[in-house]
Amino acid sequence: MSEMDEIDGPDILREWVGAPRVYEKSFNPELYHEVQQFIFREARLQDIHDYDAWEALWTEDALYWVPANGTDTDPERQMSLIYDNRSRIGLRVRQLKTGRRHSQTPPSQLARVISNFEFLKSGNDDIKVMCNAQIFETNLRGDTMWASRNEYTLRRVDGALRMAYKKVVLINNNKAIYTLSFLV
Amino acid sequence: MDGGFKSRWDELIQPGRVHGSLYYDQDIFKEEVEKIWFTTWVYIGHESEVPEVNDFVTKSIGPMPVLMVRDMNGEIQLLMNRCPHRGNAVCVQDKGNRARFTCPYHSWTFANTGELVNYAFPEGYKGVDKSELGLGKVTRVASYRGFVFGSMAAEGPSLEDHLAGAKRTIDQLCDNSPTGEIEISAGFLKHRTRANWKFILENECDGYHPAFVHSSIFSVSDSAIGDLYGDKAVAVTRGLGNGHTEVDPRPEFRRRDVPLSWFGTTEAKLPDYVRQMNEAYGPERARQIMIDGSPHVMIFPNLFIAEIQIFVIQPVAANESIQHSTAIQFKGAPDINRRLRQQTMGSVGPAGFLLADDTEMYERNQRGLEIRQPEYLYLKRGEHRERLDEDGYPIGHSTDDLPSREIWKHYRKMMEAK
Repeated sequence: MSEMDEIDGPDILREWVGAPRVYEKSFNPELYHEVQQFIFREARLQDIHDYDAWEALWTEDALYWVPANGTDTDPERQMSLIYDNRSRIGLRVRQLKTGRRHSQTPPSQLARVISNFEFLKSGNDDIKVMCNAQIFETNLRGDTMWASRNEYTLRRVDGALRMAYKKVVLINNNKAIYTLSFLV
Repeated sequence: MDGGFKSRWDELIQPGRVHGSLYYDQDIFKEEVEKIWFTTWVYIGHESEVPEVNDFVTKSIGPMPVLMVRDMNGEIQLLMNRCPHRGNAVCVQDKGNRARFTCPYHSWTFANTGELVNYAFPEGYKGVDKSELGLGKVTRVASYRGFVFGSMAAEGPSLEDHLAGAKRTIDQLCDNSPTGEIEISAGFLKHRTRANWKFILENECDGYHPAFVHSSIFSVSDSAIGDLYGDKAVAVTRGLGNGHTEVDPRPEFRRRDVPLSWFGTTEAKLPDYVRQMNEAYGPERARQIMIDGSPHVMIFPNLFIAEIQIFVIQPVAANESIQHSTAIQFKGAPDINRRLRQQTMGSVGPAGFLLADDTEMYERNQRGLEIRQPEYLYLKRGEHRERLDEDGYPIGHSTDDLPSREIWKHYRKMMEAK
């Protein structure tokens, strides 16, 4: 059984929290463990800048979205910080690998903590999961803290989990933020 | 000061070199806020950002926020978001639609024309003239082809006089729209930068850096931007008067003679847009517009039109700035608009393929100035080949420091005034 968690409050609050989501109430410990390990691995690959291994996590129809100015903006009409299809994810990785992506040369030193996993009800075989991330970054400019609510669609391809969709809602995405050129 | 014969600006701004303190000195920054940001015409926003009556959006003049409002009569107002009573904010939303603003502190209520409509418990204000207690306003407001500018100075040149040669570039931009109108409707990316605003200003028409700062993206994509800024490029830089500068690649595009080459695409890929352009301007004029493309112009002090996107530069402190960037949309041209957004999103903002690295350079420049030798920055590139074009504007090679020299010439004039 699933239930819809609706927020009761003024529009400004709903706008920030985003559209109501249907959370999965049943619990599958094996799947939970597998998904968690997958996302921890993704976090580690990002932290250590293992670009090729990270790129290999994506499906062919991948969408990587980091909205700006809210949670449920329309990326086909509004500016996003990142709105990459599979080919643009590849371009992003190739740029980082040149060694001349100056904002990542030297690369940001990173450690991120991923927590608060919750599964969403899925209408098909895709696995939909939400979690929170907190990232500590230090680079030439100094130290920066990032925080986000992340949403994934994972899919089993040849037996292994892959990312078909990753949405990163930075908590301060309506404010002026510093350069964000590491993989978030 | 040495006996008044030389102003300190003679020391700070010299031919072909400027002193590092102009970028880090907090006192100079405060003086700039008064003499530049609160004096000259500053770009505020575009009329299309408040399309409906009672729409408002928060903008700024320098470090100061300003509400751009389409009031109940349909007029554009630039209001101060400060209750005349005790200074509270009358609005804390970035944008929205409302006819009135009520201060939450003592419930003073203002029409979106700025007038005080009423206050709570009015018996306490016997004999008070409400008309003197309206919201403050930006002293002068003017717009050119939908671009709204504000000036805090009661007197000064008209907006069109201020725009000088840059007027042509705004016309050139609007010509690229089949309706002759552009829209700013996609929201802004806000990129915080720990660097002085003038590093951003000077970089916008610096054609020397792309081959190096952006070589990473040029080498992995099929971008042709790099060709415009090579040693052999025929593109020029130009001073347009009053500190406005441009990179003008039209000589290169006219040499190529291929419509939409400026946008890295072809007519075949945008059939609807091309048809609309031909219908609007006739085939000959449409072809010329689509060969020449959109301008690359830095309108002093804060509006950068970068072909397909705009940047609004906001100074926050001597060592802190915000770049607000968004895609330009050509009114009524959906097929090109999607590409304009997609290319803009890839290029600009904190995660952009281009701007993340430009911004890295600004921040390194700023930190570099903590090293106090040499004291000056060097801006002499291309002095020997600077010349006047047929309209009397100074032009140079696309990789020359001419834009910086033009900016500093105007800057000095403004800072020396009074």
